[in-house]
Amino acid sequence: MVIIAQIQFFPDQASKMAGQVDTLLLWLIVLTGTVTLAIAAVMIFFLAKYRKRAAADRTPPKTENLAVEVTWSVIPFFMFLGLFGWGAKIYFDESVDPKNAMEVHVIGKQWMWKLEHLQGKREINQLHVPLGETVKLVMTSQDVIHSFFMPAFRIKEDVLPGRYTTQWFKATKPGTYPIFCAQYCGTNHALMIGQVIVMAPSDFAAWLKTGRETVSVAQRGEQLFHSFGCSGCHAAQAAVRAPLLEGIYGSQVPLADGRIVNADERYLRDCILIPNTQIVAGFDPVMPSFQGRISEDDVFAITTYIKSIGSSPPEASIPNR
Amino acid sequence: MSKNRAILYEHFSDIEQQRETSTAGIWVFIGSEIMFFGALILAFSVYRFSYAREFAEGAAELNLLLGGINTAILFTSGLTMSLAATANRMGWKGSTLILLLTTALLGVVFLGIKVFEYHEDWTKRLFPGPGFNWTDSDSPQVQLFFVLYFIMTGIHALHLIVGVGVVVVIAWLALRDRIHAGHFMPLDVAGLYWHFVDLVWVFLFALLYLMGGTR
Amino acid sequence: MALPVQNYVVIDQGEPPSYLKEYTLRSWLLTTDHKRIGLLYLFTIIVFFAIAAAAAAIMRLNLLTPRGDLVQAETYNKLFTTHGVLMVWFFLIPSTPSVLGNFLLPLMLGARDLAFPKLNLLSWYIFILGGAIVLYALLIGGVDTGWTFYTPYSSTYSNSHVALMAAGVFINGFSSILTGLNFIVTTHKLRAPGMTWFRLRLFVWSMYATSLILVLATPVLAMTLTLMALERIWHVGVFDPALGGDPLLFQHLFWFYSHPAVYIMILPGMGVVSELICGFSKKRVFGYTFVAFASMAIALLGFLVWGHHMFVSSQSVFAGMVFSFLSFAVAVPSAIKVFNWTATLYRGSISLDTPMLYAIGFIGLFTAGGMTGLFLATLGIDVHVHDTYFVIAHFHYIMVGGMVMAFMGGLHFWWPKISGRMYPEFLGKMTAIVTFIGFNLTFFPQFILGYLGMPRRYHAYPEQFQVYNVLSTAGASILGLGYLLPLCYFIWSCRYGKRAGNNPWGAKGFEWETASPPPVHNFERPPVQTEEVYNYPPPSHEAML
Repeated sequence: MVIIAQIQFFPDQASKMAGQVDTLLLWLIVLTGTVTLAIAAVMIFFLAKYRKRAAADRTPPKTENLAVEVTWSVIPFFMFLGLFGWGAKIYFDESVDPKNAMEVHVIGKQWMWKLEHLQGKREINQLHVPLGETVKLVMTSQDVIHSFFMPAFRIKEDVLPGRYTTQWFKATKPGTYPIFCAQYCGTNHALMIGQVIVMAPSDFAAWLKTGRETVSVAQRGEQLFHSFGCSGCHAAQAAVRAPLLEGIYGSQVPLADGRIVNADERYLRDCILIPNTQIVAGFDPVMPSFQGRISEDDVFAITTYIKSIGSSPPEASIPNR
Repeated sequence: MSKNRAILYEHFSDIEQQRETSTAGIWVFIGSEIMFFGALILAFSVYRFSYAREFAEGAAELNLLLGGINTAILFTSGLTMSLAATANRMGWKGSTLILLLTTALLGVVFLGIKVFEYHEDWTKRLFPGPGFNWTDSDSPQVQLFFVLYFIMTGIHALHLIVGVGVVVVIAWLALRDRIHAGHFMPLDVAGLYWHFVDLVWVFLFALLYLMGGTR
Repeated sequence: MALPVQNYVVIDQGEPPSYLKEYTLRSWLLTTDHKRIGLLYLFTIIVFFAIAAAAAAIMRLNLLTPRGDLVQAETYNKLFTTHGVLMVWFFLIPSTPSVLGNFLLPLMLGARDLAFPKLNLLSWYIFILGGAIVLYALLIGGVDTGWTFYTPYSSTYSNSHVALMAAGVFINGFSSILTGLNFIVTTHKLRAPGMTWFRLRLFVWSMYATSLILVLATPVLAMTLTLMALERIWHVGVFDPALGGDPLLFQHLFWFYSHPAVYIMILPGMGVVSELICGFSKKRVFGYTFVAFASMAIALLGFLVWGHHMFVSSQSVFAGMVFSFLSFAVAVPSAIKVFNWTATLYRGSISLDTPMLYAIGFIGLFTAGGMTGLFLATLGIDVHVHDTYFVIAHFHYIMVGGMVMAFMGGLHFWWPKISGRMYPEFLGKMTAIVTFIGFNLTFFPQFILGYLGMPRRYHAYPEQFQVYNVLSTAGASILGLGYLLPLCYFIWSCRYGKRAGNNPWGAKGFEWETASPPPVHNFERPPVQTEEVYNYPPPSHEAML
C-alpha cells in the first residue's frame, strides 16, 4: 500500500502478475501522457501565436496532406499494436489453467462469498492462502452474476449461475487484502466484501487444522455420490448401463450428437444438472436431471470426487469456456 | 380533385425529389426492421445451435401443413399487392381496390390460421409458462424453443396486423381518389413494407418449421 | 394584384416572419418546423437532465462518507439506475442530434425542412411518451438494476419496475430510429444544388454517421429489452440459466447496441467541434476528407468492439483478443480527428470566444478520456479496472468532458441563430472555465479510485477511499454551477440579450446567410453551393489589426 499522510495512492502489489500489470500501466501513463502533453503544448502554442490580433505569418497552408495524415495514422496504430500485444500476453497468461495449483471452490450468492478448501475447511468472505503457492479458484454463483475481485493481485472474474469460471494467482507478499464483488448484484452489492489472507506456508498448514474436524471435499463428494444414487448406475455391475467415471476428468468425450468435448468441471456439472443436453455417444438418454435437487456446494463436492478417481493427463490447458 | 395530378409537398423542389425521398425513407426503415428481426433470429440461432436435439423435438410439434399454407397465402398476397401497385399506376381504380382488399383479406386469413395454430398449441400444453407440459427432463430447453417460437411469430403477426391496417387505409384513400395514378407513392411504400413482412415470414418458416424433424 | 398561390411561399413585401413569431401553444405542439421541433427537444432534455443530475448529486453526497448512509442501499441503487437511464437515453443521445441536428441540418444543406417533417414531430411525441413512462416508473418506485439491466438480476431477481422502465426505453428507441431515418434521407435527397458529398459540412457528415448507427443499432436494443421484459413477465428462461437460458447472450445483445450507442453520443459532438474550430480559426479544416471519413470509420468500427465490455464475463479468450485489437483500431480515427483539429489552428486567425473555449476544452478532455480508453482496451489492465471507478471516470471524460462541452459550445455558437440574441460573453467564458475546473476535480480522482480497486455501483466503501470521494463530490458542486449558469443567462438573453445580425461570428455556412432567427422556410431564395465548404478568404492586413 502506498500511503502518504494517510492517503492511499496505489494498491498493494501482492503477486508477480500484479507487478506486470503495474509495469504496463506505468508505460501506458508515460506514453499517453507524453502524447497528450504534446498535443496540449502544440495547441496552446498555436492558440497564442495565431490569436486574432497577433501579427503572424498567415499565408494559407495546404489543408490536405496525405503524407502527414498517413504518418499520424500509422504510427499510433503501431503503438497500439504494441500495447495490444503486451496486454494480450498478460491476459493469456492469466487465462491458462495452472498445473498443480491448490484449488479452492468459491460460491457467490446475494450477498456473501462462500469458500471451501479441498481439505474440507470452509470460510465465509475470507480466503486464507499460503504464500508462494499457486491458487486456482473454481467459482460459480447461486443466483445472479457476481464478480470475484482481488485488487492486490489485479485480477477479477465474473461468477455466473449455471457455469463455472476460474482464475488463478500466486501471492508473493504476506498480508491481508480486500475482496470485492465487482458486478452489481442487488441491494447489498457494496457489502459483499471480504479479505484474502496470505500466510506463510507453515502457518497456513496450521490454520487448515483448526476448527471442526472436516471431511475432505472429495470424501464428502464420494458420500454424496452414493447418497444421491449415482453409484446405482455409474458402477461396473449396475443394472442400468451408464458411462464409468474413473479417469473421465480431463478426457475427450464423444457425444451422441457428434461433438467431442473436454470433460472439465463445467462438463461434469452440466452432466449432473442438464444431462440430456450432452448424452455420451452410445448411451441412452435416461439419466435424470438433478436440477433443483442438489446445491452448488454438493455439485462441487461430487465433481471434486470424480476428479479424484483418476484423471487423464492434463491437456493443453485452456478451459473450453 | 383531379386524378393523375401529382401532389407536391412544399418543402420539396420537384416531384422526382419527393418520390425518391419516399423510397429512400421506406428502405431505411426496412433496414432498421432487418436489425430488429435479425437480433431475434440471432438469439434463436444461438440456442438452436446449442440445443439442436431439443429444438428439433419442439419443432416437430408444429403444424407443418398449416405453416406451409400460410406461406403460400403470404406469397399470394405479395402478388396481389404488386398487382395493386401496377393497377394504380395504370389508373384502374376498381382493380386497385379489389387487389388491395384481397391483399388485406389474405393477411387476415393468415392471422386466423395463426390463431388456430396457437390455440392448438395451447390445448397441447405447449404454451410456455406454468402450464407447459413436456415429458422429458430437458423440458427447459424445449420450452425455450416455444418461447422463441411464440415471440418470433407473435412479433411478426403484430407487423402483419399493422400491414393489414395500412393496406386498408391505402384502399380507403384510393377509394376517395386521394391516391391515384399521379399520387402513387403511398401505395408503393406500403407495398414495400408488405413485401418485407412477407420476406420475414419466409425466414421464420424456414427456421421454425422446416428445421424440425417430422412426427 | 393578387398573385396565384401555388406550391411556393409568396413573399410580397418586407422580411418574412421569423419562425418564432407565432406563439400559440397549438403552433408549438403541432409544428412541423424542424427549428421548433429542435427547441421542443431542448426544453424536454433539460428536464430530464435536471432529474438525472439531481440523482447524481444525491449519490455524490451519499459517497462523502464511507458508510454511505445518507440514503438506503436500495435507494442508492435506484438513483444510479435513474441517472444512467435518463442521461444515456433521454439526454445524451437526443441532445446534439435532436436539438442541434434538427435545427441545423436543413439549414446547412440549404433545404426548407427535413425529408419527413411530420415524422419529425412524431419522433418528439414518441420521445415524450417514452419519457413519461420512465418517469412514471420512477415515481412508483423506480428500478434498481443499473441502466445495463444485466440478467438474471433484472429478469428474475429484482423487485422493481423493470418491465415498465424497459417499455419506456423501448418506445424512446423509436424516436431515435425515426430521427436517424429522417437525417439519412434528408442528407441524401435534399442537398442544395452544387452541394456534392465532399462539400458537406463536417457537422452534416457526423450527423450522417450518427444516424446510421441510430437506425441500425437501436432495433437490437429494442429486441433485447423485449426479450428481457417478456422473460420477466412470463417467467420463462430466455436469459436465465435456471430455465435453460444464457445470461451471456443478454450481454452480447445488449452491448451490440450499447457500444455503438456511445458513438451516437460522441460523433455529433465531434461534428460540432469541427464547426467551432473552423468558425473560430477562420480557416478550412485540415484534412477535410480524412475527418469526414473518420466519422464513418468510427461508426463502422464501433459495431465491432462490443465484447470489450465483457473481457471478464467468461467470454472466450480468443474473443477477448479480437475485441481488444478492434478496440485499439477504433481509436485511430478519433486520433486522426484530434490531430486534424490541432493542425487547423496553424496559421489561423483565432478568436477565443466562449464556443471556442468549449471546443478547446473538448479536445483536451476528449483526448484524456480517449487515452484512458486505450487503458481499458488493454486486456491485462482491463481485468483489473473493469467495473471500477476507472471506467466511470473514462466514460464521464468522454461524455461530460467531451460530449456535453461540445453541446454547450454548439449551443453558444448557434444561439444567436436560434434566438436572434447574443448571450453575455463574459459570463459565457467564465462558465466554460468553471465547468472545466469543476469537471476535472470531479472525475480525475475517480481514475485513482478505480485503480485502487473501488468498484462501481457501491453506496458504501472502505475508509481508504474516502479522500478521493470527497474531492469528487466537491468538484461536482462546482460542475453543477457550470450548468446552472447557462440556463439562467440563456433565458435572460431571450429578453435582454443584444440582438444578433445574420452572422455575428463571421463564419461560413448557409445558416449564416439567412436571418437570425431564420424565417419559417429558412431561406428567402433556395441557396446554391458555388464554392468549396469552409472557403474562408485568406486574412487581409486589416483583419489582423
